[in-house]
Amino acid sequence: MWENIKDFASTFFVTGDPLIYGADVSIALTSIAIVFVLTYFKKWTWLWREWITTVDHKRIGIMYLIASLLMLFRGGVDALLMRTQLALPNMKFLQADHYNAVFTTHGTIMILFMAMPMMFALFNLVVPLQLGARDVAYPFLNSLSFWLFLMGAMLFNLSFVIGGSPDAGWLSYPPLSELSHSPGVGENFYIWGIQISGIGSLATGINFLVTILKMRAPGMKMMKMPLFSWSVLSSSIIIIFAFPILTVTLALLFLDRFLGAHFFTMDLGGNPMMYVNLIWMWGHPEVYIVVLPAFGIFSEVVATFSKKKIFGYNSMVFSMMLISIVSFFTWAHHFFTMGASANVNVFFAISTMVIGIPTGVKIFNWLFTMFRGRITITQPMLWTLGFIPCFAVGGATGVMLAVAPADYQYHNSYFLIAHFHQVLIGGVVFGYLAGIYYWWPKVFGFKLNDRLGKWAFWLWNIGFYVCFMPQYALGFMGMTRRLYTYGSDTGWDLGWAPLNLISTVGAFLMGLGFIFQVWQISYSIRKGERDLTGDPWGGRTLEWSIPSPAPMYNFAVEPQVTTDDAWWKVKEDRAKGIKPAPVKYEPIHMPKNSAIPFVMSVCWFIAGFGFVFDWMWMAIPGLIGVAICLLARSFSYDTDYYIPVDEIERTEAALRGRTV
Amino acid sequence: MSQHNTGHEHASGESHGSLKSYVIGFIFSIVLTIIPLVIVMNGLLNKTQTVITIMIMAVLQLIVQLFFFMHIREGEKPRWNVMTLIVGIIIVLTIVGGSIWIMSFNSTVQ
Amino acid sequence: MAHATAEHSHAHEAHESHESLKVLGFWIFIVTDILIFGTLFACYAVLHTHTNGGPGAKELFEMPGVIAETFILLTSSFTSGLAVLAMHKGKVKQLIAWLAVTAVLGAAFIGMELTEFVKLVEEGHKISSNAFLSAFYTLVGTHGLHVSIGLVWMIGLMIQLSRRGVTEVTTRKVTNLSLYWHFLDVIWIFVFTVVYLMGVM
Repeated sequence: MWENIKDFASTFFVTGDPLIYGADVSIALTSIAIVFVLTYFKKWTWLWREWITTVDHKRIGIMYLIASLLMLFRGGVDALLMRTQLALPNMKFLQADHYNAVFTTHGTIMILFMAMPMMFALFNLVVPLQLGARDVAYPFLNSLSFWLFLMGAMLFNLSFVIGGSPDAGWLSYPPLSELSHSPGVGENFYIWGIQISGIGSLATGINFLVTILKMRAPGMKMMKMPLFSWSVLSSSIIIIFAFPILTVTLALLFLDRFLGAHFFTMDLGGNPMMYVNLIWMWGHPEVYIVVLPAFGIFSEVVATFSKKKIFGYNSMVFSMMLISIVSFFTWAHHFFTMGASANVNVFFAISTMVIGIPTGVKIFNWLFTMFRGRITITQPMLWTLGFIPCFAVGGATGVMLAVAPADYQYHNSYFLIAHFHQVLIGGVVFGYLAGIYYWWPKVFGFKLNDRLGKWAFWLWNIGFYVCFMPQYALGFMGMTRRLYTYGSDTGWDLGWAPLNLISTVGAFLMGLGFIFQVWQISYSIRKGERDLTGDPWGGRTLEWSIPSPAPMYNFAVEPQVTTDDAWWKVKEDRAKGIKPAPVKYEPIHMPKNSAIPFVMSVCWFIAGFGFVFDWMWMAIPGLIGVAICLLARSFSYDTDYYIPVDEIERTEAALRGRTV
Repeated sequence: MSQHNTGHEHASGESHGSLKSYVIGFIFSIVLTIIPLVIVMNGLLNKTQTVITIMIMAVLQLIVQLFFFMHIREGEKPRWNVMTLIVGIIIVLTIVGGSIWIMSFNSTVQ
Repeated sequence: MAHATAEHSHAHEAHESHESLKVLGFWIFIVTDILIFGTLFACYAVLHTHTNGGPGAKELFEMPGVIAETFILLTSSFTSGLAVLAMHKGKVKQLIAWLAVTAVLGAAFIGMELTEFVKLVEEGHKISSNAFLSAFYTLVGTHGLHVSIGLVWMIGLMIQLSRRGVTEVTTRKVTNLSLYWHFLDVIWIFVFTVVYLMGVM
C-alpha cells in the first residue's frame, strides 16, 4: 500500500531537480500565506462577493491585470533561466530536458497567458468607459471568460510541479508532441490549458465585438469612436475568426494522443505538416490580435500628450481593418521551408510584405500627430517613443524574413528569435505598458510614481537592445533556436560566446526593469499622487469624463456624443461658457453577480485535469458539472436588477463632492 | 452605415415568415437534395461536372435555409450578423482552399 | 438605433433591446462554429485520400441510411421553423408540440448515425485505423455532438416554455435554438455533399 502511494507520487509529482523543489516550497508557502491573510483579516466573503462572483467589467479587468503580471513574472523567470544557461559555453545550469520545458513554457505563457490576459485587462478596463457604456454586452459571459482563462492558465502552470511540463516547443509541433515522441502528460497539460482558456478568449472576442457594435453612447457613430476601441474591434474580429481554428487543431492533436487517431502522426496516413499549416492559420492572426490593441493605445497616448487630434483618423481605421483581414492570408510564411510549391511561397511572401504597408501608414500617422504638437513626456509617452524605433526595426527584419528564398537562411535561427521578440516586446509589451500607465489612474485613482517609472523604462529599453541586437548577429553566425548549450568541444561554438554573454546581460537588465515596476506599484499604492479630477492627463475621450475610479454603473447619465474626442468637446464648450444640460437620473439596469462562471470554470479545470491523466472517473464528472452549470444558468431568470435613483444621487454626490 | 429611420419596430411586429414561405423553403430544400442524389447515384455526369453541380446545389441549399428559415433579410440595420457571416465564409474558403493548395506538395513529394 | 435608445430609454425597451443583443451574439457564435466545421472540412479534404491502403469512402459508406438521415434532418429543420411560427402566434402548446416533433426527428437522426458508426467500428474501421477514418469520424461526429447538445437544449427549453409561456426571454431562446438547428442542417448538407456524395461518386 505504502509502496504504491510512493510509486504513484514519484511519477505524479515532478522530482529530481532542486529548482523544482524550490518552486514546490515557494508555491506551498505562498498558498499558505494567502489563506492565512484572507482568514486573519476575515476577507473570504469579501473575496467571494466582490471579486469571484462579480460581473463588473472593471473588476474583471483588474483580475486579468493581476493574473497577467504574475504570468509575466513566471515567463520572465523562464527567460532568465534560458539566458543564464546560454551565457557561457558548456554551462551545466539546466539539463537538456529541462531547457526544452523552459523554452516551451516561456513561449506559451508569454503569448497565451501573459499577452492575451493583459490585452483583455485593457479591453475590460477601458472599452466600456470609452464608449460611454455601462458594461459590456454580456457581463455574465465576461466573467466566465475570465475564470476559464484563469483555470486554463492554472492547469498549464500546474504541469511544472505535477506530471511534468510540456517540452515540444510553444506550438507543440507533431510528431514531437505525439504520443510516440512525448509519452508523458506534459503535452496534455498544454492542450487542455490552452483549450480551456481559448474558449474564454473566443467568448471575449464575441463580447467586445457586440459591445462595440451595439453599446456605444447615443450619437457616437462608428467613425466618431476612439481609436483604441477601433483597435479592439479589429482585434476582436481576428479573435472570432482565428480561435476556432486553434480549438480544432488542438482537439485533433488530443484525439491523436487520446483515441489513437492519425491526423498528424508519422504512420497510417497522418500528416504532421497539416498541423503546422493549421496552427499557423491561428498563430499568425494571433500576432495581430495582440499587436493591434497596442496600436490603439499608442494612438490615444500620442493624441493626448501632443494635445492634438490624431493625424489621419480615417487612414488609421482603414489600416487597422485592412490588417485584420490581410492577417488571415499570410500564415504560410512561417513554414516557407516546408517544401510547398514555389507558387505558394510567392503568394505568401507577397501578402506578408503587403501587410507591412498599413503598419507603416500608422507609424507615419503617429509621427505626424506629434509634429508641431505640444508634447509632454509622461510615462505612457515614454513607452510610445520607445516603441516607434523598436517596432520600425522589427518590421524591417520581418520584411527580410518575408523574402522566401532568404528565409531558407534565417529559418529557425536566432535572427528569427530576435525579430519576433522585437515586435512582441517592442510592440506589444511596450504598448500594453504604455496603456497600463495611461489608464492606471482611471482604474485605481492614483498615478504611478514617475521617478521609479523612468528607471524601469530605461532599464527595459536599454536591456531590450542589449539583449536582442546581438541575437540578430548570432543568427547570421549560424546559431539556431532551442539550442541548449554550445561549446568548442562539441563543435557548436563559432565565436558565439561573447555575443551570448552580452545578450544575457540585456535580459537581466529587463528583469531589473520589471523589479523596478513592482517597486513602483507597491510604492505608489502608498504614496502615489491621487487623481481627484478624473482627468489627470487632459484626456480627449469619454473615460476621462467620470470620476476615478469609476462608480459601478460608470455613467450616471448616458453621455450624448456629437463629435469624435467627445470629452475634449465638452471641455471646450465649458471653456466657452456653454452650460451642460441639467442631468436627470433614471434607474440603471444592472446584471446581478453570479457564482456560475466560477463554478463552471472549476468544473472545466477538473475535467481538463482528468483528461490530462486519462482519468475518466474525474473527467466525466467534470464535464457533467459543466453541463449542470449551463442548465442552471438557462433556468435562472432572476439575473438583473435596477439601481434606484436616490442611490445614484448619493453615490454621485459623494464622488463629485470629492472630485470638484 | 445606413441611417436608421426613427420609427422603432418591435421584435414582435416584424414578419417572421409565413407558413407559406416555410413550406416553399422546405420543398426547395427537398428538391435540392434529390437532384444531386440522382446525379451521383446514377452517374449521370462526369467527375468534374458532378462535383461542380452538387456543390452548387449545396450552396443553393444554404441560401434557401438562410432566406426561408433563418430570415436573414430581417432584423435591424446595419446587418452585422450578415457581415460577420460573409467574412466567416470567406475565411472558411481560405482555410479549406489554402490547406488543399499548400498541402498539395504532399502528393508530389510522397 | 442610437436615436431610438436615446428617446426611449425606459426599462422595458432597454430589456427588449438586450434580448436582441443576445440574438446577435448567438449569430456570431454560429459563425465561429462555421469556422470549426470549416477547419474540420479542410482536414477531411486534405486527408480523405490517406487511407494507408485501407478501404476508402466508396467501399465503406452505405447510402440508404445516409439518405434517410438527410431527409430526417431536413424535415426537422422545417418543423423547428414551424415551432417559431407557432411562437409568434403566441400558441405555446403548438410551439412545444413542434419542438417535440423536432426533437424526436433529431433523436432519430442521432440514432441512425450511431448505428452507422457502430457498424463501421465492428467491421474494424476505427478512428485509429487511418487518417481518412480519423478525419471522417471527427467531422461527422462533431456534427452529431452538436445535434445531441441541441437535443438537451431543446428539452430544457420545452420545460421552461411549459412553465413560463411565451415571454421576451423565451422568445429569444427559441429564436436562437431554431437558428442553431437550421445551421446544423446546413452543415449536414455540406457533410452529405462533400463526405458522402463525393465519396461514393
